[in-house]
Amino acid sequence: MNINNFLSDLNLIYPEIILVSTLVIVLLFDLIFKHNKSFLPIISLAGITFAIFFTILNFGKNEFAFGYGSNNFLLSIDDFSNFFKLLILISSIFIILFSILSNEIKICRDRHGEYYTLLLGMIIGMFFLVSANDLIVIYISIEILSLSSYILAGFVKTSLRNSEASLKYVIYGGVSSGIMIFGMSLIYGMTGSTNLSEINSILKVTALSDVTFLTSLLMVLAGLGFKISVVPFHFWTPDVYEGAPIPITAYLSVASKAAGFAVLIRFIKIMFLSGITNNEYWVLYPIIDWRSLLIIFSIITMTLGNLSALWQDNLKRMLAYSSIAHAGYILLGLAVLSNQGLTAVLIYFIIYLFMNLGAFLVVMLIANEINSEDINDYKGLGYSLPFLSAMLSIFLISLVGLPPTAGFIAKLYLFIALVDAKMIVVAIIALINTVISLYYYVRVLKNLYLSKPAENKIKIRNLSFVYSLVLIMVVPVILFGIYFAPITNLAKYSLKILGM
Amino acid sequence: MNNFPILSLITFLPILGMLIILFIPKRNSLFIKSFTIIITAIQLVLAIVLLVNYNFNLAGINDIKSFQFVEKFRWIEIDGFAWLGKIKIDYFLGVDGLSVPMILLTTIITFIASISSWTIDKSIKGYFLMFLLLDTGMIGVFVALDFFLFYIFWELMLLPMYFLIGIWGGPRREYAAIKFFLYTLLGSVLILLVMIGLYFSTMETLADGTRVFTFNMLEMMNPTNYTQNGILSPLNPANLRFIAFIGLFIGFAIKIPMFPFHTWLPDAHVEAPTPISVILAGILLKMGTYGILRISYPIFPDITKDLIWWIALFGAINIIYGALCAMAQKDFKKLIAYSSVSHMGYVMLGMAALNTLGISGAILQMFNHGTITAMLFLLVGVVYDRAHIRDIEGFGGLGKQMPIYTGFTTVAFFAAIGLPGLSGFISEALVFLGSFGNDSIRILAIISTLGILLGAGYMLWTLQRVFLGSLPEKWNQLTDLDTREYIMFVPLVIIIIFLGVYPSPMLNLMNSSVNAIVDIVEKSGSFIKSIGSL
Repeated sequence: MNINNFLSDLNLIYPEIILVSTLVIVLLFDLIFKHNKSFLPIISLAGITFAIFFTILNFGKNEFAFGYGSNNFLLSIDDFSNFFKLLILISSIFIILFSILSNEIKICRDRHGEYYTLLLGMIIGMFFLVSANDLIVIYISIEILSLSSYILAGFVKTSLRNSEASLKYVIYGGVSSGIMIFGMSLIYGMTGSTNLSEINSILKVTALSDVTFLTSLLMVLAGLGFKISVVPFHFWTPDVYEGAPIPITAYLSVASKAAGFAVLIRFIKIMFLSGITNNEYWVLYPIIDWRSLLIIFSIITMTLGNLSALWQDNLKRMLAYSSIAHAGYILLGLAVLSNQGLTAVLIYFIIYLFMNLGAFLVVMLIANEINSEDINDYKGLGYSLPFLSAMLSIFLISLVGLPPTAGFIAKLYLFIALVDAKMIVVAIIALINTVISLYYYVRVLKNLYLSKPAENKIKIRNLSFVYSLVLIMVVPVILFGIYFAPITNLAKYSLKILGM
Repeated sequence: MNNFPILSLITFLPILGMLIILFIPKRNSLFIKSFTIIITAIQLVLAIVLLVNYNFNLAGINDIKSFQFVEKFRWIEIDGFAWLGKIKIDYFLGVDGLSVPMILLTTIITFIASISSWTIDKSIKGYFLMFLLLDTGMIGVFVALDFFLFYIFWELMLLPMYFLIGIWGGPRREYAAIKFFLYTLLGSVLILLVMIGLYFSTMETLADGTRVFTFNMLEMMNPTNYTQNGILSPLNPANLRFIAFIGLFIGFAIKIPMFPFHTWLPDAHVEAPTPISVILAGILLKMGTYGILRISYPIFPDITKDLIWWIALFGAINIIYGALCAMAQKDFKKLIAYSSVSHMGYVMLGMAALNTLGISGAILQMFNHGTITAMLFLLVGVVYDRAHIRDIEGFGGLGKQMPIYTGFTTVAFFAAIGLPGLSGFISEALVFLGSFGNDSIRILAIISTLGILLGAGYMLWTLQRVFLGSLPEKWNQLTDLDTREYIMFVPLVIIIIFLGVYPSPMLNLMNSSVNAIVDIVEKSGSFIKSIGSL
């Protein structure tokens, strides 16, 4: 490795460097000023803001970084990864603001240093994950991400269900990353490389379609499927989501899932792409019927997610299943295997970020006031907490995908991609899923408004901060529903995936 | 006058009102109520201004030049997609002879419903917010000429309707509200799918000569705009036009509601508060048939022509089945709900006739049914407000106790039966004239006349049970109509009698547009077939 190249490549990972320094600063600050915990989120926010700035500067660069060997690179700093980095940073900002408000996090005041350090650790893991161009980097960054999130899921040590969630997460996560590294080692054994681009060029010459390669491939996909909670690798999701502190649940459901999707898309596209048609459909090496595989997984995922959500009384658990269902919709966008489908996926993620985080935020704020996430305790809240209830309704309606909310635009682009690919039956199944999902989302609205009004008004603490935070989340949900040109443009500019 | 955005104003005035009401404290309930009435009254005035300035000779339907009060702006424009070229969506409003009667109907009924909402006493602010949101959705559906915009307005109505039934409704309101929501959402997703399919099958030529996929309904109606291998393009031998037509039709039929998709209607009607029943029956049901005439007919003329027998058949089933169900009802409101099913059957029968008489009759029937049923639901509301029951058997002899109320009811009932001199007669007569004139559905038309007989049967029987005979003692205290109720009923009665005696203004209003629809289905149906067989 040439040291000069190494140093110049550092220019490309300024955002990562900033995040690592922030992590160190937070850690040191916590050690030195033991009693000044309220500065920790501010330092983290400042670091993230800087990282956002440098991520935006990186847009349009599209360069490989950290080469080794003849033409192998560990990271690809392309628009696609920058898009996901931006998504992760924005959701991190919201998560830190959530954490400030969260009662669960507040009570562990003396461990706030750990909390923000681990959160930054998660971000760093996701950052390397979304731009990883090498199986080893993928594995290591998934581990960085996972180890931080295992601890964060069980952050409130005094809470039994936190600890349970954390333990379950560790066990499932450990098994799945074990399977994944096994699969990776098999791939290395057969191709002699861990680099995605190089494996692609090897596959071009030698047709590897024997059972061993297929198995190793499925093992890696299982590991990635665990991160995005695709059925049948979803079993941890409801338990962990229900048990973990709400900010962490929200974070796992948006940022960690986005990172998982990013690496899945890169894995499939860079490793197996053999060409692109005129309409920008991807032609993949026919190792397996990619489209059918993805369609089957996505349909099972969305159907099972939606049907299970129908029976949930705990709102966090319901949103967990709903996020499984949404992973199914997003996977369907990937299943189209075209740049059009990819656009739909990116647009879906932008909108999903706001609507899902928003829903979790309101659930958390309501839980702060009534100490419950049970749907039956929501009866009549529409009258005692009018603002929060109205906002929750908007987020949920957007999750259903009804216009004029942004959720409709997300679904619209998805269905446009499906219809253009002539996947009509799949589109119909997805639409029926949407109708099913209406039932459980509206069940919340029913409890909020249709039950008899409670007499007393509940006072919200930190009123203006809460109001402005919720409004910041709700404005894009409405605005992008009516005028969606900006997000479509952003998605369009983020399609560039380096490789080949 | 033509540059003034009158359609946007009518459509978004309620949203403006909503924003104002949002900032009015809850306790000013009197102000909120009267403010809503003022908003709907302004809408009505604007609709009348629209009518006065409307040129009766222009047809509209598929020709943008003969649409009036057109507002067309680029709403979304995104360049540079390798697979689509450009994404373009217009904000496109306009009216023709098909939509003007519906706008008139909507503004009249909404105005009356807002007066009727005076008696709402629970969470008044929330009610009127939802009421106004619903109002925008309804008008929007009738003025939108871009499919995407149409769909947004179409869906915009679902949520307020869910809350209006679910919060302010009767004892089984939760069930009725969710049933309404699920049924109509199922219909809408079918419409959505067809919309996307059409988007990929038609291309519009822009001013600079580039061709882009389009959501513009008028461009979708032009057979020369079809792409070579769009899934809904007749040029594609493997096209899915037939399936798409069925999907779209079911989407609209759920709203009509057509048998067998009608089961949400009796529940929703019985549980909804009176003003919402009025809006539901008076306006929302018309959207189904409006959608078929506005979208299904001109965009799928070839398939329409093949399937008119089936449309007529379901119309006939609606007529007879609705009437028989109505006859068996003990609940006054449920009876009216089923009579709506029956009367919407006439609209479908008239549409299926595919000639000027039949389609004019259908549109007129949409208008007349809107006014008559609105009145019937208001009348049920009046007696329910006083007696707190709606059981037909529980009444009797009200004729002596409430003579003026009885008078209004009799007019409305006779109009519903189709007594000559009242508006219902004209439209039903036109529907039957039209459908007799079409050889292929004549038999169905003959069978459907049975519906008139049945209609007279259940209406007169109800009249007898409620108003004649001896008055049970507990109803001694019932008072006759008050001023507010007069304000609601008198305009409706005037419309019903006026259109019964002198329907020609209304018929002239829609005549050229109806001719255009007939023409499109007759001519371009064969044209599409010829390009399809190339």
